[in-house]
Amino acid sequence: MVHSHDHDDHHHEHGSELSEMQLRVRALETVLAEKGYFDPAAIDALVEAYETKVGPHIGAKVVAKAWSDPAFRKALLEDASKAVIGCGVVNRVGDHLIAVENTPQQHNMIVCTLCSCYPWEMLGLPPVWYKSAPYRARAVKDPHGVLADFGVTLPKDTAIRVWDSTAETRFIVLPMRPSGTEGWSEDKLAALVTRDSMIGTGLPKQAKEVA
Amino acid sequence: MDGIHDMGGMDGFGKVEPEPNEPVFHAAWEGRCLALNRAMGYTGIWTIDETRAGIEELPPDIYLTSSYYKKWALRLENLVVERGLAGADEVKAGHALRPGQSLKRKLSAADVPNTLTRGSYGRSAPAPARFKIGDRVRTRNIHPQTHTRLPRYARGRTGVIEALRGCHVYPDTVAVGHGENPQWLYTVLFDGRELWGDDTAPALKISIEAFEPYLEPLVIPAERSESRNP
Repeated sequence: MVHSHDHDDHHHEHGSELSEMQLRVRALETVLAEKGYFDPAAIDALVEAYETKVGPHIGAKVVAKAWSDPAFRKALLEDASKAVIGCGVVNRVGDHLIAVENTPQQHNMIVCTLCSCYPWEMLGLPPVWYKSAPYRARAVKDPHGVLADFGVTLPKDTAIRVWDSTAETRFIVLPMRPSGTEGWSEDKLAALVTRDSMIGTGLPKQAKEVA
Repeated sequence: MDGIHDMGGMDGFGKVEPEPNEPVFHAAWEGRCLALNRAMGYTGIWTIDETRAGIEELPPDIYLTSSYYKKWALRLENLVVERGLAGADEVKAGHALRPGQSLKRKLSAADVPNTLTRGSYGRSAPAPARFKIGDRVRTRNIHPQTHTRLPRYARGRTGVIEALRGCHVYPDTVAVGHGENPQWLYTVLFDGRELWGDDTAPALKISIEAFEPYLEPLVIPAERSESRNP
């Protein structure tokens, strides 16, 4: 995958940001590797891990389990780091993970206005829009407008709660379980859980979309 | 610092633009850049707070016009030169011209799975927490020239302590090399109107994660005089 990207990059014009950055980053990698600061193979392993191992499929399994198992849901909302380690989805998770639950009364949305803090272990690397100026600027002031950009409209009686990730605590939204999913397996439920529904800029898919 | 990175509440950036089926990286160099930053962080030569400060110190025009991973690349170039890990001449040449420093740790491919788990920033508490759940607090109106995690939009505002999150490494001192100086961390909840005025959507609530030095107790003048003259 990496090499196919590399190959594509050669077709961009010289002087574009892409080729300039490719050269700059390669120069930096070469210097630091020659200095012996890391095993060059570790760089390949890191890229592969972020491209293939971590991602929103992890968070989706956690949400599906919370929808299926009331005791796990309770434990997740009390101490998400502790609950997630014991649930069989991942072997290890860092401290300070916090799950916040959507209800008919309250819709939660996660942002980092100061940089790009995001629950990597649950969702993988953040999408570009999450790190972008429009999202970081508006989420705390006009979350309804942000939701409209995502095509999401909430019921009139649902209040919005925005969580600004200004410290090392990391938030994940536990969305509401869609109707018409009674008796579904955790695997089938997980297919409803989108990345954006765990950030709070989206809602889970409806039952008919995966049934 | 009151930098361009502190974006909460700014207008004029336009719509959020979600990208359908977004790839993890948009070019191979982005993945290499992320990995290089992780690998150098693993050596222990700098903290996450120092690296955040490194992004915030990029000139505002560069900050706004550079892609996310370009900012990471510029920051890493700056940090390795500042810390003497490589010379500017070497970065320019794209090859080491002198031997490297000896660092605490060196990342191997076998260790990579362990680096995917976040570290802990919790520390034992040097003193009891000053605030409890339900306390009304005011955020301090501070404008340090150095790194802070109290966003501008939430300075000098009244909120309520919603949760205690334990005692954590304090970014404001770590970032300037003054040590971990652990501080209690709270979730502080604000009414939307307190932050943005009366035109704000009713019922909007916003919280920040605030370290204890960012907060002062909200003392209502009448209560103060009563407590002095019981």
